[in-house]
Amino acid sequence: MCDTCGCNLTPGNKHLAFKPVAKGATAVSVLKGLLAKNDDQAAHNREHFDRRGILAINLMSSPGSGKTALLEATLVALKDEFTCAVIEGDLETENDALRIRAVGVTAHQIVTGTACHLDAHLVHDALHQMNLDGVELLFIENVGNLVCPASFDLGQHLNVTLLSVTEGDDKPAKYPVMFRAADAMLLTKTDLLAVLDDFDPDKAETHLRNLANPAPVLRLSARKNLGMNAWLAWLREQLAAQRARVAIGQSRRPAIQSDGEKLHSASA
Amino acid sequence: MHELAVAQALVEQVEAVIHQNHAQRATLIRVRIGPLAGVVPDLLATAFPLAAAGSRMEHAKLEFAHAPIRVCCQTCGLDTEAAMNRLLCGACGDWHTRIISGDELLLESVELETAPSLTP
Ligand SMILES: [Zn+2]
Repeated sequence: MCDTCGCNLTPGNKHLAFKPVAKGATAVSVLKGLLAKNDDQAAHNREHFDRRGILAINLMSSPGSGKTALLEATLVALKDEFTCAVIEGDLETENDALRIRAVGVTAHQIVTGTACHLDAHLVHDALHQMNLDGVELLFIENVGNLVCPASFDLGQHLNVTLLSVTEGDDKPAKYPVMFRAADAMLLTKTDLLAVLDDFDPDKAETHLRNLANPAPVLRLSARKNLGMNAWLAWLREQLAAQRARVAIGQSRRPAIQSDGEKLHSASA
Repeated sequence: MHELAVAQALVEQVEAVIHQNHAQRATLIRVRIGPLAGVVPDLLATAFPLAAAGSRMEHAKLEFAHAPIRVCCQTCGLDTEAAMNRLLCGACGDWHTRIISGDELLLESVELETAPSLTP
């Protein structure tokens, strides 16, 4: 031990203690979002949408929660009122885009191979292969997965997360990253609530509030046409809000607040 | 596993840092991942060698900085610690809170070797 200050440095081990700042080495502070490249592309996509006055909605859920069935019913109800388009990213069935086109709506299928999520670059490539003239509402059906898609901003304005009543009402507690980012939570297949006794819609809502998420919780069944009006009214409201933002040159990001954004606003 | 995509993004960023600093290689990479970032540190640590193979950071150590979840209550104004699926105010129990840390996904710092290691 060093007699002067009591530290454990000796002339013999001194070189070891100072190794981290040795000649020829340097430490660089970066403090940059790991997904900065994706986020930049997402911001670019959002500019695309805003310039054209499009409202872009990212649909996320587990596999089999009824995203495509909800989309079909939604498009049938809205296609004469608004010009809609769909980007299909779900791999669950390869016929999703065909199902949407059968309704008479433009659909582009992203071929992702085995990817577990869409990213902003995939969506950007899709945008350039689509005719977006006059499109007002764009739905992006993400890969059926409650984990991976949550981390990747696509440039959408809103996240809509589906939870079917055949899943557990505690899913928001099990997948907090996904459900925290929801701008609306849809409880789907509610016609089956009568025959299921283990899914409590109120509990699902409580789990969502426990994530500090004020998003509306809408209960519906696309197949039995239950609760669809509230969902369609919400979409109309959101499109009106998007038009109001575009008119004053503003945009909106989903509920997710990435550090990138915080850092930008802090340094701006 | 989206951690591979995150690992590839990390390698790209560190590669840019090595280039900007005219360094030989990276020896230590520090990232800060909050529990609410949606990235599992263990899975990222597994994916990193695959993404870094053959690059100027393939022998770098990947280090994770701890990032506790803290929320700021909009009702009582206090900052408290929270659990991942209960982002409630620790003081008054209200759910009207805002995350102030715990959702970070940051490349914090990189240690570089700027001179060839063979020089004494
Ligand atoms: Zn409080």
